Amino acid sequence: MSETRQDAEVNLFSAPAEALGRRDFLKWLGPGLYVFFSTEEGLLLGQEARGGGRGYPEDFNAYLRIAEDGQVTCYTGKVELGQGIIASLAQMLAEELPVPFEAIRMVFGDTRLCPWDGGTNGSRSIKYFGPALRAAGAEAREVLRQLAAETLKAAPEKVQLEKGTASVSGDPQKKIGFGLLTRGKTIERHLPKKPPLKPAGAFQVCGRSLPRRDLEEKATGAARFAGDVRLPGMLYGRVLRPPAHGARLKNLDTSRVSEVPGALLVREGDFVGVVHPKPDLADKAMERIRAEFDLPELRWDAQSIHEHLLAAGPRENVLESRGDLARGQALAVEHFDEIYRTPYVAHAPMETHTALAQVGPEEATLWIGTQRPFGAQEEIARLLNLPADKVHVITPYVGGGFGGKSSIGQAIQAARLSRAVGKPVQVAWTREEEFYYDTFMPAAVVRIRSGLDRDRRIVYWNYEVFYAGDRSSQNFYNVPHLRTAARGGWSGGGSGPHPFGTGAWRGPGSNTNIFARESHIDTMAARAGMDPLEFRLRNLTDPRMIRVLRAAADRFGWKPARTPSRRGHGVVCLDYLGTYVAAMAEIEMPSGGGPIRVRRVVHAQDMGPVINPEGARMQIEGGIIMGLGYCLTEEIRFQGGRIDDLSFSRYEIPRFSWTPKIETVLVDNPEIPPSGGGEPPNVGMGGLIGNALFDAAGVRLTRFPFTAARIREKLA
Amino acid sequence: MSGEMTIAFKLNRRSVKIKADGERMLLWVLRDDLGLTGTKYGCGESQCGACTVVINGEAVRSCRVPLKSVAGKEVLTIEGLARGKALHPLQKALIRHGAIQCGFCTPGMILNAYSLLNRKPVPGPAEIREGMEGNLCRCGCYGRILEAIASAAEEMKTGRTR
Ligand code: FES
Ligand code: FES
Repeated sequence: MSETRQDAEVNLFSAPAEALGRRDFLKWLGPGLYVFFSTEEGLLLGQEARGGGRGYPEDFNAYLRIAEDGQVTCYTGKVELGQGIIASLAQMLAEELPVPFEAIRMVFGDTRLCPWDGGTNGSRSIKYFGPALRAAGAEAREVLRQLAAETLKAAPEKVQLEKGTASVSGDPQKKIGFGLLTRGKTIERHLPKKPPLKPAGAFQVCGRSLPRRDLEEKATGAARFAGDVRLPGMLYGRVLRPPAHGARLKNLDTSRVSEVPGALLVREGDFVGVVHPKPDLADKAMERIRAEFDLPELRWDAQSIHEHLLAAGPRENVLESRGDLARGQALAVEHFDEIYRTPYVAHAPMETHTALAQVGPEEATLWIGTQRPFGAQEEIARLLNLPADKVHVITPYVGGGFGGKSSIGQAIQAARLSRAVGKPVQVAWTREEEFYYDTFMPAAVVRIRSGLDRDRRIVYWNYEVFYAGDRSSQNFYNVPHLRTAARGGWSGGGSGPHPFGTGAWRGPGSNTNIFARESHIDTMAARAGMDPLEFRLRNLTDPRMIRVLRAAADRFGWKPARTPSRRGHGVVCLDYLGTYVAAMAEIEMPSGGGPIRVRRVVHAQDMGPVINPEGARMQIEGGIIMGLGYCLTEEIRFQGGRIDDLSFSRYEIPRFSWTPKIETVLVDNPEIPPSGGGEPPNVGMGGLIGNALFDAAGVRLTRFPFTAARIREKLA
Repeated sequence: MSGEMTIAFKLNRRSVKIKADGERMLLWVLRDDLGLTGTKYGCGESQCGACTVVINGEAVRSCRVPLKSVAGKEVLTIEGLARGKALHPLQKALIRHGAIQCGFCTPGMILNAYSLLNRKPVPGPAEIREGMEGNLCRCGCYGRILEAIASAAEEMKTGRTR
């Protein structure tokens, strides 16, 4: 058998294996200039990080290094999931620190190399991490200016910094590279007072579609994901999966595991696993285990769950309240009362949850495909009863996350197996396990009661959301009498009323809240006999929202009409954590009912200054496609804790043939700081397609996905 | 396990001989025994295309191909597509068109497209779409992948590269 493993590449993403204290760590990195900084989110959570005794005296969220050879490395606890921060964060740094974009190397999600971070989610990398990164770049630039002035014996004002080199104006002979400037010196400096950041109008590196460095590796198969890491003597593990969440192991027969030579059984109470030097043979060994389980009562299913959620409704959290609902009701001439329901939706990343764990008696190293390396570090440390700084988490490229890779069940399994057998163990979930253990977008319910006055203005709005949480639930339309309340959040994790785990799904809560609000707005527009765009504009004063709506309408060529116009045109607008979106779609519905085909989507987005326009467009297109999934087909079927959709043959995700023509309009807005763009594109899709469906066929579905069967049922 | 045999085939234009259980699926032999991790596992049941490799010019799902069935055949994986540093036009096109996000589906996409262009050097848009339908991309790069394949086909036809 040929041996072509490349052990030398194992530590591709990692520091040396020894535990490094901060001092040693600086020594190991070698001389260079260090700038430490923290972000808003880090400051908020700083206490937690310090409490964990993580080796950083303060909660610095990232830092950069300028090495002797001039290479700049940016360390961040954020991770690259495909969203392209490998380019956009480097651009934000290069905007302030005058080094070539190409000279910047990004290191993601290594708990030993990178400062603590709360996780890669909520489209926050650009909005919260970006400014801190730029501030660090600006500070480094000013320190370099001073150093250059001293070395070149010139006044600091005379020092010009460009492309990684300092020179003296009027004296072209005098110049020195940044790396040489810091040679032999380790300068460690906090930022007492940050130099001002460049205004967006002066951006030179940001705002350009600079290339992503990861694409070539990904096109050649060289890119390493967690499952591609190899260690000498490593084994592959598989853990016995119950038939339903909440089931208890009753009888176990493992006698046939030995039929697979080389397989080893691991048992710790109900935790039953096998390991084998070959991944497929670990599967074969697992297939030989016979187990019986006691099943809990399997009560709720995809049809009845909403009733259960309403009944279980926890305490109300009032998010906004103004005016007086009763007064609003008295002013109204038309009243609306609708209930919207959304299902459990899977993340289904192409890379299943994967981790490799090497657990020793005193320390552990794990390579995990995760969105939350530092959270994983803490969870694993608790599991293994080790101090957190003895657990080293390395995050290779992650093959899609969408919120689902915030949970790290696979890493827990790998760590337990590795601890039991004393060897490195990799666990890569099967597709079936990926569906089973997923922390789904939670099923949720929204009830909206509202009213219109004679002028066709919204006079009251009473909004209650159950289990989707508050994100994007607040109303940006002008409503004098209003109340918005949330009961239960989007994170369940197996507790609460859900029969299995739920969690963040690309824009947590917003997919549900925006679907409900924008469907409802459309219903009101139809009853008012108005074009849905005109109705929105009539009830809006927020100039940013009006601007994105107009931008979308211009590109789409929106022609006003009362709905249903039978043209299949839909509109939606939304605010997702400060990013504004307006989208329009054209769908086609075969006569007699579905399946719907979405022909064209125009998406206008105001996310402030755009760091990398091409990257933003890629995210927008991807989000629209992903959103189409829950619009048209995606919905987990289950009976209690038993998940019935465990494969792509039953759970259908978008395919090539679904791809509509997508046109994106990036609305220029230098007035606000750069905002996130990974989630705003998908969160409006339910409203958008639902509204287009109403326009096409005159049927309003108050629940997605809009399957052919549901449409036909409504038409009948 | 029983069934150990020696199987000889061509892998990325080089002869290999491997002693293993011939019933094992090629995907795992490639990824583990041969260390070629560019071929990905996405479902193990022919439903996603992440594990696509090219055997005798045809795209196949290596998660369902028993090792013994490749005896004497030519297997091409993503690692064998570029010649040295020169990327294949499909690889260049996917990069140029930004048709890659997380990159997990990418090797399978490229090899499926490679076999499509083998069969049909200048496919129309509908033929590309149809030929790619079985490959899934959760990041939703479909539109750009379609454009990239069309552009690579064009480039290969005019023979600017190879
Ligand atoms: S892994 Fe082979 S088709 Fe999905
Ligand atoms: S790029 Fe992520 S699955 Fe296709």
